[in-house]
Amino acid sequence: MSDLNYDRQIDRSKMQIGSEVAIEISEMNKWYGTFHVLRDINLTVNSGERIVICGPSGSGKSTLIRCINRLEEHQAGRIVVDGTELTNDLKNIDKIRSEVGMCFQHFNLFPHLTILENCTLAPIWVRKTPKKEAIETAMHYLEKVKIPDQANKYPGQLSGGQQQRVAIARSLCMKPRIMLFDEPTSALDPEMIKEVLDTMIELAEEGMTMICVTHEMGFARQVANRVIFMDEGQIVEQNEPEEFFNNPKSERTKLFLSQILGH
Amino acid sequence: MTILTDPPKESFRLSMLIYDTRYRSLTFQAITAAVLALCIWYLGNNLIQNLRAAGLNIAFDFLGDPSGYDINQRLVEYDSQSTHARAALVGLLNTVLVAFLACVTATVFGVIAGVLRLSNNWLVSKLMAAYVEIFRNIPVLIWIIIIFTIMTAVLPGPRAFRGDDPASSMLFGSFAFTNRGIYTPMPWFESGFFASASLNWLVVLAGLVVSWIVSRRITAWATAKQEATGVRPKTMLPVLAVWLVPFLVLMLVMGLTWEIPALKGFNFQGGIKIGGPLIALWFALSIYTGAFIAENVRAGIQAISKGQTEAAAALGLRPRRVMNLVVLPQALRVIIPPLISQYLNITKNSSLAIAVGYADITATLGGITLNQTGRAIESVLLLMLFYLTASLLISFGMNLYNASVKLKER
Repeated sequence: MSDLNYDRQIDRSKMQIGSEVAIEISEMNKWYGTFHVLRDINLTVNSGERIVICGPSGSGKSTLIRCINRLEEHQAGRIVVDGTELTNDLKNIDKIRSEVGMCFQHFNLFPHLTILENCTLAPIWVRKTPKKEAIETAMHYLEKVKIPDQANKYPGQLSGGQQQRVAIARSLCMKPRIMLFDEPTSALDPEMIKEVLDTMIELAEEGMTMICVTHEMGFARQVANRVIFMDEGQIVEQNEPEEFFNNPKSERTKLFLSQILGH
Repeated sequence: MTILTDPPKESFRLSMLIYDTRYRSLTFQAITAAVLALCIWYLGNNLIQNLRAAGLNIAFDFLGDPSGYDINQRLVEYDSQSTHARAALVGLLNTVLVAFLACVTATVFGVIAGVLRLSNNWLVSKLMAAYVEIFRNIPVLIWIIIIFTIMTAVLPGPRAFRGDDPASSMLFGSFAFTNRGIYTPMPWFESGFFASASLNWLVVLAGLVVSWIVSRRITAWATAKQEATGVRPKTMLPVLAVWLVPFLVLMLVMGLTWEIPALKGFNFQGGIKIGGPLIALWFALSIYTGAFIAENVRAGIQAISKGQTEAAAALGLRPRRVMNLVVLPQALRVIIPPLISQYLNITKNSSLAIAVGYADITATLGGITLNQTGRAIESVLLLMLFYLTASLLISFGMNLYNASVKLKER
């Protein structure tokens, strides 16, 4: 919830929004039993976009991004990722999952594998990469998130911030075109939040398409090109960060922003 | 210049033995040790005095005397002229046999039931829940008796197989299910390399070991290939061939033939007899303990958070790989410690064999030998020693395995 300020200069030269559509969601609905979690979601994400989704808890923001890589099933409407429609077809699901990386609130590293093995597992078994090459890629990304020296330790030996950075590196090893973040900093101490956000900013600077569920409004202001506000399973409002924070349109957004930024 | 002084020393007071955390635990340990030593001394002294008063002594030479009783189910040569020690050995091997068989089948039942209980299929999961709740909530002794009673009451006696063509009433002409047990054909070698059957079986075993080594090499080769090129070669067919081909060739060369059990007089002769008591005990221990193991397996799989499966799925791993690479390696560390307890339970519960007349060590050494010689203390001491040793060995072996799959942290 804190409004972190970055003293560092953010390099926007590569943050170009492409013309091709990365994700297209139309008229999507989802129910948990009789509970209507997502209502008529329409959302188009172009490649290179950095989208922040915020909203009160229970508003369906996590469910929405979990639908994008089929961790949750939608019951009505269409989701098209990179030209592939999400259906029950396993081939399509495999294709989409290998293009979409995801980071979770609780990191979900595999505790029985070393940091390096965490990073090479999917490239070896899904991408069929030779082990040597997979290790090289993994070390490259571990260097990028600044923890190459921890490669042979186990997740339990790392701090929360380090674990989340490993989780990001693990996703990047699959060379995804889109990254989903589900409250990546909510389980972290303030100092660690900064190191994780720094990693995410670097990713944005390289032009990665990102959808991020977060309450880090500083990050939203400085990195996102679009902020989406959700409530009760609906997209209530979406706008560029400046407009969104300074001139919110709906009463519900104003109330939410006053609560989250007010203290 | 500074003057160094020690911190003021607190003088030792007696009350510190109870109130000071440094001495408190030592005090209690000393008291416990003293009480324990006193108890042991009292009981030992009591035993010696009572034995002397009754004119008894502790001696193990009765083990060398002829036993004078017969044992139906045996793995080694034995007759009524053999010694009590030999009878104890027969019983010991019978205990090991039924415990080993029951551990294997209970694990199979348990793993299947435990995994299926988590199935999304409503009927399957409820069936497995019913299995677990019915079998673990009724004492195993009752199960042993129920199964034995059903076997002896429902299955026909050997005489039912009499007739013009006894083979026609047997399953496939070679298996006979009778109320005395199951008779199956026995494999033997017509042109084996040795005269002795056990040496020939040793040859077969050696062949299987070679197959195992070669199949390990194939797996290692596949892993190396995968590490080099990324694609894991399909190894199922070569591995299958490595196991089957040498085995079949060996069988052919050694001239495998089957000795079919045949009804002669009042009973079947030849073949292998698996006695009714053994089957009842084996089956009862397996389904009873299998129900407990099912719960251990379920708990182990459920202990792995959903986040692990989700993270693996999000990386693009298919469900089977998620199970093999992520969930099971972690679940094993939760499953194995209680599994050790279940194996120990099977070993100790096998002493209920006496209820259906299966000659395990409790029935021979702790039953007939004890009653005939009156050497109760010696027999029970030996019995306790055996179960203790067996349990500790199982525990030791399983703990070694557990250490190899344990989660490494910090």
